[in-house]
Amino acid sequence: MIKDFIDLLRRKSASTALIVGVFVAWELICLLFGISDIVLPRPTQVVGALIQYWPAIMPHAYQTLYTTLTGFGIGVGIGVLLGVIIGSSRLAYDTAYPLLVGFSSIPKVAVVPIFVLWFGAGTVPAILTAMMICIFPVVVNVATGIATVEPELEDVMKTLKASKLDILMNVGLPRAMPYFFASLKVAITLAFVGSVVAETVASNRGIGNMMMIASSSFNVPLVFAGLFVLAGLGVALYAAFSIIEYRTTGWAHRKTDPSAA
Amino acid sequence: MTMQSVAAIPVGDAPPVRTKTFIEFEKASIRYGRGESSVEALTETSLKIAEGDFVALVGPSGCGKSTILKMVGDLLKPTTGHVFVAGREIGATPIRIGMAYQNPTLLPWLSIRENVMLPLKIVPPFRQEFRAKKKGEFRERVDALLEQVGLAGFGDRFPWQLSGGMMQRANLCRALVHDPDLLLLDEPFGALDQFTREELWATMQDLWMSKKLTVLLVTHDLREAAFLANRICVMSARPGRILDDSEVTFARPRTIDMTYEPDFVALNQRLRAMIVGARAAPSLSKAAGAAS
Repeated sequence: MIKDFIDLLRRKSASTALIVGVFVAWELICLLFGISDIVLPRPTQVVGALIQYWPAIMPHAYQTLYTTLTGFGIGVGIGVLLGVIIGSSRLAYDTAYPLLVGFSSIPKVAVVPIFVLWFGAGTVPAILTAMMICIFPVVVNVATGIATVEPELEDVMKTLKASKLDILMNVGLPRAMPYFFASLKVAITLAFVGSVVAETVASNRGIGNMMMIASSSFNVPLVFAGLFVLAGLGVALYAAFSIIEYRTTGWAHRKTDPSAA
Repeated sequence: MTMQSVAAIPVGDAPPVRTKTFIEFEKASIRYGRGESSVEALTETSLKIAEGDFVALVGPSGCGKSTILKMVGDLLKPTTGHVFVAGREIGATPIRIGMAYQNPTLLPWLSIRENVMLPLKIVPPFRQEFRAKKKGEFRERVDALLEQVGLAGFGDRFPWQLSGGMMQRANLCRALVHDPDLLLLDEPFGALDQFTREELWATMQDLWMSKKLTVLLVTHDLREAAFLANRICVMSARPGRILDDSEVTFARPRTIDMTYEPDFVALNQRLRAMIVGARAAPSLSKAAGAAS
């Protein structure tokens, strides 16, 4: 147990040292060159602002988390559905893929005003932006996982008179899971980008909105505190999905499985 | 060309051989693609396979051996002609088929036992009882089969924890667990080392002798064909057709030592000469085509 923990520390020591080093260097450079906190606040000032404004930041953080997760949930749902359809049918793939690529290459900032026009400023455009940004990586990954089932295995299943649904449920979907979870990790960080962008453009709540207001009143430490909160949320959700991924698709990571030796 | 009847093959202490035709190709041909760029993979082929027989298909690569296998498995439809199974057009009679390729294609997220159980989850009538029996009767059935191929105690392992030979054994179990009437093997032992391969031949022979099912084996290995099969069909290079159809009358159970006896070696040499001839033939016909 203790040995495992020491081992973990040793493996993580380089990355921990890097993170600490960046903050220390940042602090020192600001002090050394006397950089004004209106331009670049020191990490200690940012943490100070974080503590000072915590009660005010909380509701905004909650709002951002809510819009992000809602948009992410809907986006992943739609993404899986489209991925399954596109992955199981050559025709659907050829038909829908160009449209999907076109759709996904639109910068999402550009559609926020349209959502505001339709739904008014507030929560809904943020959710929709987060949703839109999530769909593409999920679709591509799920479709790839399903479409790359070995032809020999498909033959074996077909000689058993397995239906398309049988093949999908027993082979296609389980096989697509590692791809799916890889896409979730990408999608959750993208969803944050989407909801914060939407909040910045048109909302009266959320971290993005808070940062807009703080920067217009030159409260730069609070702006950076907002960034820290976003980074923290992003890392936490990424880590959560990594753990779920490892738990559910451990078979795909067998190289790190000690029982495989 | 030696076209002999497939009746009365001495098969050790086996019960009387059934000679009912199980699979019949009637002038079946396959053409891939359309128009001028189309390729004929199989020219009008007629072939009868008796119920309970073990037939090997050998020939140069690309000769349509696997094409025949896929037609029997109802994965490919003949462009012209017919394929009959149990006296009716293929697909009309529901028969149970097991299939094993060179690539074991075990599912990495399932244990060996769950992998072998997969056909029971799909094929009726097991399908309907799967939920009720997967922890009881089906589990015992799978474990018995695993034991028969020498994988006793490996049911809870995962595919990546097994060697290539063991994975191929598990693959054979998966092809047999639902008691198929017909087993289709496409170079199942091709990727294994010689000693593992010979072990698996013996396992395969035991399985066939105990289960009495019809087996169609595609292979490049002439010793393998002669060791396992009752009948060997030699095919020509593309477009494929059956050049020779001979019986293998060595008594069963056959042993690896038998494969070094003069009769066996002579059979191998005869088959080999035929395939070498078949490989040379298409270049001649191509030259003739260019000249005309």
